[in-house]
Amino acid sequence: MKQYLDFYDEVRDVIAARSCREMNDEREKALQTFASQGFPSKKTERYRYADVEADFAPNYGIQLAQLGGTLPPHCFRIAEAEPRVRALYNKVADTADSIVALNTMLSVDTLVVHVPGTRVEHPIQISNILKGEQDTMVCRRILIVMDKLAEADIIITDRAASQSRFLTNQVIEVVMDEGSHLSLYEVEETHLLCTRYSSVFVRQGANCSLHHSSLTLFNGHTRNRIDVQLQGQGSEVTLGGCIIADKMQHVDNNTLIEHLVPNCLSRELYKYVLDDSAVGAFAGKVLVHEGAQKTSSQETNANLLATRTARMYTQPMLEIYADDVKCSHGSTVGQMDEAALFYMRQRGIDEREARLLLKAAFITEVIENIPLESLRDRLHVLVDKRLRGELSKCEGCKLCK
Amino acid sequence: MEEKNSFVREVAEKKYEYGFTTDVETDIIEKGLSEDVVRLISRKKGEPDWLLEFRLNAYRYWLTLEQPTWGHLKMPDIDYQAISYYADPTRKGQGAGGKGQEGEKEIDPELMKTFDKLGIPLEERMALAGTAVDAVMDSVSVKTTFREKLKEKGIIFCSISEAVREHPDLVREYLGSVVPYRDNYFAALNSAVFSDGSFVYIPKGVRCPMELSTYFRINARGTGQFERTLIVCDDDAYVSYLEGCTAPMRDENQLHAAIVEIVVKERAEVKYSTVQNWYPGDSEGKGGVLNLVTKRGHLRGRDSRLSWTQVETGSAITWKYPSCVLSGDGSQAEFYSVAVTNNFQQADTGTKMIHLGKNTRSTIISKGISAGRSQNAYRGLVKVAPTADGARNYSSCDSLLLGSHCGAHTFPYMDVHNETAVVEHEATTSKISEDQLFYLNQRGINTEEAVSLIVNGYAKEVINKLPMEFAVEAQKLLGVSLEGSVG
Repeated sequence: MKQYLDFYDEVRDVIAARSCREMNDEREKALQTFASQGFPSKKTERYRYADVEADFAPNYGIQLAQLGGTLPPHCFRIAEAEPRVRALYNKVADTADSIVALNTMLSVDTLVVHVPGTRVEHPIQISNILKGEQDTMVCRRILIVMDKLAEADIIITDRAASQSRFLTNQVIEVVMDEGSHLSLYEVEETHLLCTRYSSVFVRQGANCSLHHSSLTLFNGHTRNRIDVQLQGQGSEVTLGGCIIADKMQHVDNNTLIEHLVPNCLSRELYKYVLDDSAVGAFAGKVLVHEGAQKTSSQETNANLLATRTARMYTQPMLEIYADDVKCSHGSTVGQMDEAALFYMRQRGIDEREARLLLKAAFITEVIENIPLESLRDRLHVLVDKRLRGELSKCEGCKLCK
Repeated sequence: MEEKNSFVREVAEKKYEYGFTTDVETDIIEKGLSEDVVRLISRKKGEPDWLLEFRLNAYRYWLTLEQPTWGHLKMPDIDYQAISYYADPTRKGQGAGGKGQEGEKEIDPELMKTFDKLGIPLEERMALAGTAVDAVMDSVSVKTTFREKLKEKGIIFCSISEAVREHPDLVREYLGSVVPYRDNYFAALNSAVFSDGSFVYIPKGVRCPMELSTYFRINARGTGQFERTLIVCDDDAYVSYLEGCTAPMRDENQLHAAIVEIVVKERAEVKYSTVQNWYPGDSEGKGGVLNLVTKRGHLRGRDSRLSWTQVETGSAITWKYPSCVLSGDGSQAEFYSVAVTNNFQQADTGTKMIHLGKNTRSTIISKGISAGRSQNAYRGLVKVAPTADGARNYSSCDSLLLGSHCGAHTFPYMDVHNETAVVEHEATTSKISEDQLFYLNQRGINTEEAVSLIVNGYAKEVINKLPMEFAVEAQKLLGVSLEGSVG
């Protein structure tokens, strides 16, 4: 922890000079939060399954660059965004969280996606390519503002192009105004030495719909957090997760959906396929506040363990303070159906292929839920490749062998 | 479903039936907790040195701990120095030492009346009930019935203090073997100051011919109850054990921190049923018993079985997780629970199923019902160790909400470290459906009765698991604690 404080002390002026007022205004408070709390320990309920201290311990170089190049339509550097949009910076995020505070402290620039009240035909893709000879930490900050009746698909991909250690600390804030629709996809294809901490905070107004999919195809250590606040009536949210992990990978998804007003709908489906010594964790909470009547909520987490050494921790939680609600959650941990395997073997499909088919079929449910067809098709291919161990990241690399 | 109906008020104001106090002279030791108090309790009970040592170790360990706060509960501060740790209603202030246990004829008539009032058949004339009873008031076991008959079969059923004197080897072997004093804060406290409780030993191959039952009652003011139950079921044996509890109505919170330990050996079977009806506090949330209990069974033998059934309607705060450690291959454990909270009651209860042996199975059925301004949480852990090949768990927890100010929460934890395990969990939370009510209304059943019918049907799955006499009591309790709050 000290290394980060010392580092900040050193570069505080550089950061401030390269950044803008809205971001600089938040730094002092974030510093205080981070300095007083330090990294969360496993005793912190929401970090139960992550070893934060260890993940942040290596000596990373920290990237302090502004966003460069030409940005696609509707995307801005924070300094160029409308003032009312800029003012939303750090207003949705959980400022009491020290990982978020660290990001607020060290982020130099923010990518703003501001969609006015129209439909954006083509999906906006944000590719993050981690590249460099040195071990690097990246503080990434994204602010998505959906105006009234706006519609957009946003795809955020994480790739690693070199074999150094990378640590990504990402904070995404999403503000959705009345009647807007957003599909947000996060695809992670990195390598075993990458660590990712992602915190997504969403505030939904009335009659909004949000679809969020978190697709972890290859990674090292990943912790994804998503908090959704349903603040306007008639809104709905769908969270999906598809996690394929093997070797020593570690994937932890932590979700919180808060129903603050009546008549909202939430759905959640996370599926894990864990092989080798992979560790999976899922903690999902649906919190229905007093007065949020007619809430409908459904939470499902299904997990497939392929080996003895793979471990799964699951924790689907409901906290409900209103009586006229329909909430359910289900969670299963199991292995491959022997009868189905036998059936396929009987028909001349070899065992490896049969197992693969079963895994792919298991994960397909999540992918089929994705509204964007082109991405769906692409993901089917990627998942199949991944399960066969052919994912491009794995080919040339010496790490996984 | 308007809050206006008269039935609501009527039952809401219904008094806690067991809220009377008994006027017996009780020997209560000074308030406060220290090593001297621990020594005093031990001396009063004439205990051997090893037990005193056990208590002192527990006390010293307890001093190093802090009261846990992770429960979904608003706990009042407990002043451990303001509690008297030993109250003996049988002693009539004759001080320490003495012979104590011999006197069945010497029981204070007031005491007998108390248990009569509670409907506990202490007298042989009530033998029709066919249940052997160990009655515990405050810190001391008052009387145990049917001893002789059980003795013929080699079954030991007595108070734990008596067991310490008469069967020291057995007690020494098993005490603390399932719940060690280092287990948790309240277990350490109990291990230091536990006063009385029941001891059951069922020898090899014996099927206990009757239900064994313990009845706990807190009577004296300003005391806590720290009883300790130890059940050992040897190979191929079977026992069904019932536990019931009540307390008088008091403004202050009374502490109840018990330990129940169960050892189940090869192919043996234990059924443990609880109907918990400690005083829940008044409708303002004042007073009531703090029920902080550690209950655990260890299924040591191959193919052993243990089932916990609990109906929790009382206590201001219930914080307990009757658990099972399934270490014998092929062992099976079940947990059936109905937890009802009303007014300002809070419950954070559930179970832990720890699968260590091969082909172990567990089932969890939990039904929460919350009404008034109460908070009712299910918290459960299903852990499958790498050694537990073929482990199987099925959990289902449902919550029913009656009223818009109460809360129902579910916190299941599943840690699976074995690929051959199958673990399933499902939960639903809802209110009584309009369709069901409409259907019953249509058939001439008024709303209040319809609600009670639906609630009883909802809890039936659990209540059916209780022995007959208890099932009737439980059903009545459900009626009292619940129907009143239907809004």
